[in-house]
Amino acid sequence: MELVSYEWWTFCFRWLHVISGIMWIGHLWYFNFVQTPSMPKIPDEQKPAVTKFIAPTALFWFRWGAMATIITGLILASLNGYLFNAIKLGIGDHNARFTAIGFGMWLGAIMWFNVWFLIWPNQKKVLGIVPAEADEKKRAGRVAALASRTNTMLSIPMLYAMSSAQHYF
Amino acid sequence: MKNPLDSLGSTVFLGFVLVVVLVLLIHAIA
Repeated sequence: MELVSYEWWTFCFRWLHVISGIMWIGHLWYFNFVQTPSMPKIPDEQKPAVTKFIAPTALFWFRWGAMATIITGLILASLNGYLFNAIKLGIGDHNARFTAIGFGMWLGAIMWFNVWFLIWPNQKKVLGIVPAEADEKKRAGRVAALASRTNTMLSIPMLYAMSSAQHYF
Repeated sequence: MKNPLDSLGSTVFLGFVLVVVLVLLIHAIA
């Protein structure tokens, strides 16, 4: 067995994909299961610890985790030779594995879009990283919160699709 | 009407509902 074979590179990208995915979805779940529900319980004078220090750092690893996950995922699908089959959801292939990984990829791509084009630009306004009026901040907070909740909802079928493609079908 | 995504419980519940939809779609296509 070759030490650094094609199979090894494929596995290496799967490993990197899982590591990045944990970095991304771990932070997503932290925001939705821990930070957001805890904010109303935190005394006002202590809130800046979260908004000024913890949230910006968590958002950094969250969005770059999302970027690393989609890049390693696309490389992995290419190395496995099913990128195109997955993009077309395995339609006409009669292969449930392509359909399952395809749905996983599309759900992941929608979630990646939400992170970079809805959550992050709006969170920058909420956290004061870019200037915004009070009204605009409120609106931005609502959009970011709903996009984040949408991603939490989509993460459940996304992980079903991804893991079933590898371990069930 | 309240947005179901405002509740964490409803969000997770809808995620599981989507899994059922997903399973049906995979079987319908493949």
